[in-house]
Parts: sequence; C-alpha cells; structure tokens
Amino acid sequence: MAAKSLDPPQRSDRLRTWLLLGPGLIYLLIFFALPLVVIVLYSFLTPGPRGNVEWVFTFNNYITLFTGDLYLSAYWRSIWSSLLTTFVCLLIGYPLALFIVRSPPRWRVVLLFLILIPFWTNFLVRTYAWMIILANNGLLNGLIQALGMPRQTLLNTEGATLVGLIYGELPFMILPLYAALDRFDFNLMEAAADLGANRWQAFLRVMLPQTMPGVVAGSVLVFIPTVGQFVVSDLLGGAKVDYLGNILQRLFQRSNPPNWPLGSAMAIVFMFVLTVAIIIYFRGTTEEDR
Amino acid sequence: MIEASSKTQARPTVRPGFRLGTISWGNWALGTHALLVYLFLYVPIAVLVLFSFTQDQFGTRWTGFTFDWYARLFSNDRLMGAALNTLYVALASTVASTVLGTLLAMAMERTRFRARPAVDGLLYLPIVIPEIVMALSLLAFFAFFFDIIEFVTGATLRRSLTTVTLAHIAFSISFVVVVVRTSLKNFDMRLEEAAADLGANGWKTFWRITFPLILPGIIGGALLAFTLSLDDFIISLFLSGPGTSLLPVEVYGRVKRAITPEINAISTLMLMLSMTLVFLSQVLQRRR
Amino acid sequence: MSDSIAIDLRNVTKRFGDVTAVDNISLQIRDGEFFSMLGPSGCGKTSTLRMIAGFEYPSLGQIYIHGREMGHIPPYQRPVNTVFQSYALFPHMTVEQNVAFGLQMKGVDKASIPGRVKEALEMVRLGSFGARRPRQMSGGQQQRVALARALVNHPEVLLLDEPLGALDQKLRKEMQLELKGLQERLGITFIFVTHDQEEALTMSDRIAVMSQGNILQVGSPTEIYERPICRFVADFIGETNFIDGTVREANGTHATLATEEGLHVQGYTPRPVQPGQSATISIRPEKARLLPVNGNSTPAANTMPVRVERVSYIGSDTRILVRAHGGRSLSVWEQNTLSTLDREAYWEAGDEAVLACPVDNALVLTE
Ligand SMILES: Nc1ncnc2c1ncn2[C@@H]1O[C@H](COP(=O)(O)OP(=O)(O)O)[C@@H](O)[C@H]1O
Ligand SMILES: [Mg+2]
Repeated sequence: MAAKSLDPPQRSDRLRTWLLLGPGLIYLLIFFALPLVVIVLYSFLTPGPRGNVEWVFTFNNYITLFTGDLYLSAYWRSIWSSLLTTFVCLLIGYPLALFIVRSPPRWRVVLLFLILIPFWTNFLVRTYAWMIILANNGLLNGLIQALGMPRQTLLNTEGATLVGLIYGELPFMILPLYAALDRFDFNLMEAAADLGANRWQAFLRVMLPQTMPGVVAGSVLVFIPTVGQFVVSDLLGGAKVDYLGNILQRLFQRSNPPNWPLGSAMAIVFMFVLTVAIIIYFRGTTEEDR
Repeated sequence: MIEASSKTQARPTVRPGFRLGTISWGNWALGTHALLVYLFLYVPIAVLVLFSFTQDQFGTRWTGFTFDWYARLFSNDRLMGAALNTLYVALASTVASTVLGTLLAMAMERTRFRARPAVDGLLYLPIVIPEIVMALSLLAFFAFFFDIIEFVTGATLRRSLTTVTLAHIAFSISFVVVVVRTSLKNFDMRLEEAAADLGANGWKTFWRITFPLILPGIIGGALLAFTLSLDDFIISLFLSGPGTSLLPVEVYGRVKRAITPEINAISTLMLMLSMTLVFLSQVLQRRR
Repeated sequence: MSDSIAIDLRNVTKRFGDVTAVDNISLQIRDGEFFSMLGPSGCGKTSTLRMIAGFEYPSLGQIYIHGREMGHIPPYQRPVNTVFQSYALFPHMTVEQNVAFGLQMKGVDKASIPGRVKEALEMVRLGSFGARRPRQMSGGQQQRVALARALVNHPEVLLLDEPLGALDQKLRKEMQLELKGLQERLGITFIFVTHDQEEALTMSDRIAVMSQGNILQVGSPTEIYERPICRFVADFIGETNFIDGTVREANGTHATLATEEGLHVQGYTPRPVQPGQSATISIRPEKARLLPVNGNSTPAANTMPVRVERVSYIGSDTRILVRAHGGRSLSVWEQNTLSTLDREAYWEAGDEAVLACPVDNALVLTE
C-alpha cells in the first residue's frame, strides 16, 4: 500500500494569523511608524516665517544643529546629567535591591510594594512634591532657618534638577535589579567564599556578572527618558539652562515662530545618539560578562 | 513591564549576623541604607499629602488643618473638566489598546509567520523610544495629515481629545502585548489539548479554557494601559488641542506659575488613584 | 475479549523537522485489550499516542479507529479520550465541572449530566470531592479526576500517557491495580504508555516494545520476557547476561554458538539464524544455575567454569557475581527458598564453580 503524505491543513491558519495580527499591526504602522517617517521628512524641509513648513529640501537643519553652540551644549548637558543620574541610581539602587531580596518573604512583599507605588505614580506629581520642599519659603528652608542659618536658594538650581531626576528615576532602576537578584543563587556566594574569595571579590567576580542583565535593563530604563526630559529641569531647575528636552519643546511649541524642521532634525540626532550610546553600553557590559 | 511577584520557592534560610560571602538581613549597613532610601522616596510624598491639608495659602508651611482646598477643587469647573477629559481619554485608550494588544499577543504566541522577528522588534520600539520623540512625531504627523485633508476636502481638523486618545493607544499597545504575552507563555498548552480531547472545538476551547485563564493577564494589561494614560504628561501636552485640557497638562500650567495648596490637593488625589491601581494589579497577580 | 480491531496503524511515520520520532510502524490493537507501549524515553511513545488522539497528524501512513480512517479528523471529533501525563485538569473549574466538560461539549442532554458526573466520580472513589478545585487535591486524587473526566465520555479507546509517572512508589502500585480493575470492569480498550517495564508487565494483555521510533516486538508479558526476539528487548525487559559468539550449527529451533573462549553453548532461536553469523546468547540470571565443580567427569553440555566474585544477599534472592575464565562477568540469582542461615555451606568469594545454562532458557539472538 502506498503511504500518502498528510500535511496538516494550512490555509485557515494563515487567515487566523492575519486576523489576529492585522488590526494592531496596521494601527502601529499608521500611528507609530508613519509619524517617525514624517519627522525624518520634516528634518530635511525648510522652516517658514510663520512657523509653517516649506517644501524646499535642505540639509540646513542638521548644519545648524552642529554649528550652533546652543544645541551642542544642550546635548552634552542632557547626556552628562543622564549619565550621572543613571550612575547614582545604580549606586543607590543595587544595595537596596539586595536588601529587599535578602529580607524575609513577608517583608519582601511590602518592601517591593513600597517601590511599586512611586514607580506608578505620576512623574509630575512626584516632581512637584520637591518644589514644596525646596521652595524659598519651603520646608527645607524652614529647617535651615530654625537652625539659625540664612535662607538658601534651593529651588531653580541645577542641583535641584539632579535631585529631582534621581528621585524620579530610582524606582525604574530598582525593579529590574530586584528581578535579576531574585534569580541569583546566593549559594554561589558561599561557594566563592569557600574557594577563598573575600566579600568584595565574590561580589565583583560572581554576583555582579550574574546580575548584569538587571544592571543593563535598569540603566537603559533610567537613561533613555532622562536624556529627553524637560519637566524636571523646567520645574526644579527653573528653566535657567537648556536641556535637550527644553529646546525640543520650545522649537515645537513655544518659540516665536516655532521651527519644526529644526526640531525634527534635533529629535532624529537625539535618537541616533541614544542608539549608539546603548550599543556601546551593551558591548561594554557583555564583555565584562565573559 | 516588570514582574513584581517573586518566585515563592523555598530559599535557603537566612541566618542572622555576618558570614563570609553571605549578605544577610542582619547586615546593618544594608539596613541603614535601605531606611534612608525609603525615607528619600516617601518624605516628599508625605509632605505633599500633609500640605494639602494646611491652612497656609502658599501651601508650603503648616499653619493648621483644613479640608478647604479639596472643597475648592470640586467646585473648580476647569479642573473638574480636565479631570473628566483625562478619565475619558484613559478609558477609551484602555479599551482599544487592550483589544488590539491582546490580539497581537495571541498572534505572537500562538501562530507562526515569517515576519515574526520584524513584528517583535516593532512591538518593542514604542517601549524603548523616548516619549518626547514619540510625542513630537505624532504632533508632526497629525499636522501633516490635517494639512493634506484640508487641501483635498477643504475640511479643517484640529488636535483634540481624539488625537490624544489615538496617541495613547499607540503608546499603550506594546505594554499590553508584553503583559498578555507573559500570561500566554505561562499558560499550559496541554489544557487546550485536553479540551480538544474532550470534544471542544477551537472556538469553544478559547472561550471556555484559554480566555478565563489568561483573563488576569488581560486585566493586568488593561490596568497598565489605564495607568499609563492617566499618568502621561508629555504626549498629552503636545497632542491636546487648544481648549481641550487634560489634568496633568492643567496641573503643569498651574505649577509653573505658583505652588498652591489646591495643587497639593489635586496631586494628592492623583497619588491616591495611582496607589489604588497598583494595589489592584498586585492583588490580581497574587490571586493567580 | 473479542477479536475485532480497535486501532489499526498502517505504516505510520512522524517526522519533526529532521527528527524521525516514529519510523514506519504498523500495529493492531484489539477491542477490550489492555495494551502497553513500552520503551526508553524519546523512543516515540508519546508521538504515537498523540497521533491516535489527533494532536499530531502522521507524516506518512494511516490510522484507523474501528475501521474508520482518521486522516485529518481533529481531536474533538475522535472517539478516544486521553489521560495526560500531568493530568491537565482545568484549574479554573471544580472537579465536577472538569468531569462535566466533555459531556457538555458533546451536547449531552443537560438533565443527565449531573448523574453521569456523580457516577464517574464514584467509580474513581471521589464521590464527595466534586466541589473542590484541582489544586486542593493530592497527586493521586488529581490522577483519578483525570481518569473520571476521560471515562465519563464512554470513549471507544482510552489513551494514557505515563499516567502514574508523577506518583510515589506506593501510590503507583495502588493505582496500577485500580486501573487494571477498572479496565476489566468497563471492557474499554486501554492504550497505556510507560517506560517502566514492571508496570507494563503487571498490567498489560499485550505489550509493544519500542526503540528509536520502531516497534521491536509485540506480545504478551510472558512472551516479551521469556522469548525476546532481539538483544534490545532482552536487555530492556528485566536483567540478563549476554555471551557473544559465532553461530556454528543451526536447525529450525536451536543453534550452537562458539564463544570467544572456545566454549560451545546451545540455545533456542526465536528467529532463524545462519551458521557463520555473529550472535548473542542471552541467559536470565534467575535461569542460570551455579553448580559445584565436579572433579573427574568431562564438562557437561552448556556449562562453563567460573569463579565466584561477590555474593550479595538481598532477602528474597541471593545475587552472585561470577567471572568466567575468559574474563567476562555474569550474574546468577538464587532464590532463598532455604534461608542462608539454615544452609551448611554457601557460595563465598573465590569459590570455583560451574555455570549451567538450560538449553531452552538460553536464547540465541541477533542484533
Ligand atoms: N513537537 C516536537 N517537535 C520536535 N521534536 C519532537 C516533538 N515531539 C517529539 N519530538 C522528538 O521525537 C522523539 C520522540 O519523542 P516522544 O514521542 O515524546 O518520545 P517518548 O514519549 O517515547 O519519550 C524525541 O526525539 C523527541 O525529541
Ligand atoms: Mg513521552
């Protein structure tokens, strides 16, 4: 008897795939991918005198970005403050995540919940809370005066911006670190000790490499939104110096007239820089892993 | 985006005190550090809540207890209107992004197709892309297409709650997909086989077995989408039109002018809402 | 037991990419039979069962259930039910709802469902557990719910994929008896997949021994154990000693083998062999006999001189490891019909002895 080949039926499978995939995919292509194409297009057009866009192709927007001191320094300031924020969050967050993981199970749930609340609370609200503390007639100055010292300018400083950024981003660093440490097998630390490593060596050679995915995830999660932020530098820094996000916001909304092509070019360079930075970071951290 | 629940499996019992190579609960340095960090996280929140009840009209000193600011809030039509707008946008975008995201998650986990890696990448982009870039590109996109529509049909369209909602959907879909995919991954495929074995066809199997079991994941995704929309400031700022104010945008405008106890009060309410949502989603996770 | 055929596999092959999980097998399973598929992990048992259930379709070949070709008929239209390895009970339904599910899907008259569910639960002795959730039950109880859930549908054939694999030893033994009793009472054909040979031997009417996607032998437990037709089956079922050599003489039923040491051993041939072919003698340890050295006479047929190496007393038996003069080790089990304490002398390491292989219990196998 000749055996015949029986391949499972496939046409209905394909129909099902596209029925499931179609709506969401089309939506994202229109309302996510296409807008990105539009700003790429805008970045090569000419700004009009009334804030409009003229259909004249040009490289001028990119040239302006790289020659104007204003823009370059804003890039540097944003990247620098983000790096600093990320690093400080990592420094504060790692020991805290470790503490949470090593605490008894019942406590762990509570401690984690206390991180989740700020994680999900409105960023604006949390930034605003610091305004109350740092205001000229605010809580901290009240404390300073009570100690007999003169009132300080705390709000509208770059220091305030940095504190606000760290405060805002810390939960986003802690959660991925927690997830990584939760997966870590702490018996390995005893094994390392048994083999003659001191605490510090065991941390550097065993725990840190094993939890690197959490470090990377947390750093990326903190770094990306911080580079583009403008709310914190606006509210706590008093918009005294320009960060990338402040300039972007101004170019699109406020400046008289707005300059969308230049803003688009700036956003695209921003994404490019971010991508490069993250690739370098991934390279660096995975190499440490080996 | 991040699974907060920890595995509950037995862990080596933690011994108090110091041991080489062991970092234990009894380590006072870690404990002190943790205490300071939790203070850092919660003192500002506590101050905010406290000063929403102060009689001080600048809202930065304690001069006595009052409920006045909350009462004023509820009679402030502008703020109440903004709050209603925000809720409307959040509800609409939650429903749409939950439906679209769940379908996408099913497609990614349950079907095979060649473009899968590309779609996978596309789905992660909205999560990693800076929100401001997404907001600006949507702003440019709507302006661009409104111009085209005006040119072709003569009708003038403006940014409105609808544009914000459309943008929030685009932003939330990916987060819903991640959450629902996780629960589909944890779903035991043999349960579907068991249902088929007992005579249930594909449709019945989905509604009687698969759907009830991934429902907590779908609700989790919906809660996430709702929270994201409520909390969003940047996209709302750029995409809401003149005259259609949203709560975070309204608060931002006022805060830039001055600190007032009224803002303390509305911020406190927003905080409470967030806490409730986190609590709900945690309860949901633990029940599973 | 009637002689009609419940399941008929004809030249069935299943490939997963490059892996051939099931390689051109043909098999007939009779109505009312307790049929086991036995083989090491990865030999294709589950794949075969899943093709019968309809979760997978054969790459080549056909499957007939009571004469009807299954082709691409989906699982939910096949007259078989499955008891899954880890039960696959629906966690969001109570035990009753789990058991009722199949009846509801079939569109059975609503009024009759509660009665049938109750009956099925009582059959597996879980009458009072209907309102519980699966996770509130022990492994053995979940196992029985899975059984009730499948049997309530009166399947023509019940498929069981290592259903006792997750249970501890004692419970496993109990469930083996219970399953067997149930099958005899209901008269339903059971196809039972296991990698545990003892389980297969105790429960089955017939056993198919599988290896690497092939069926090597189908037969009753006695046939499989006493008359394995190839080296793999003899090795996989129970324990045995192998002695390699070359066939010297062969008639229809018996053959003589020359071993490397130059000894001649005669044995029974389940499959015909040719002189000159290399083959193996298989002799079960409990069938070999250890005899004291008989000083003057010439060596009897089918014996070989050995030295006792180790004697292990394990209660019911004493297991004796001996070494032949060529260097190979063989084991011999003696049943302790007499307690070793009551015997005057017993084997000790270093003793010289003679190993005797009864001709009909020495099997000459190829492959
Ligand atoms: N869905 C699958 N995809 C790929 N390979 C599979 C699949 N199912 C089974 N196999 C392979 O087929 C072979 C037989 O598997 P299986 O039938 O599960 O064996 P058993 O149940 O006897 O342990 C194994 O090598 C296994 O890896
Ligand atoms: Mg198997």
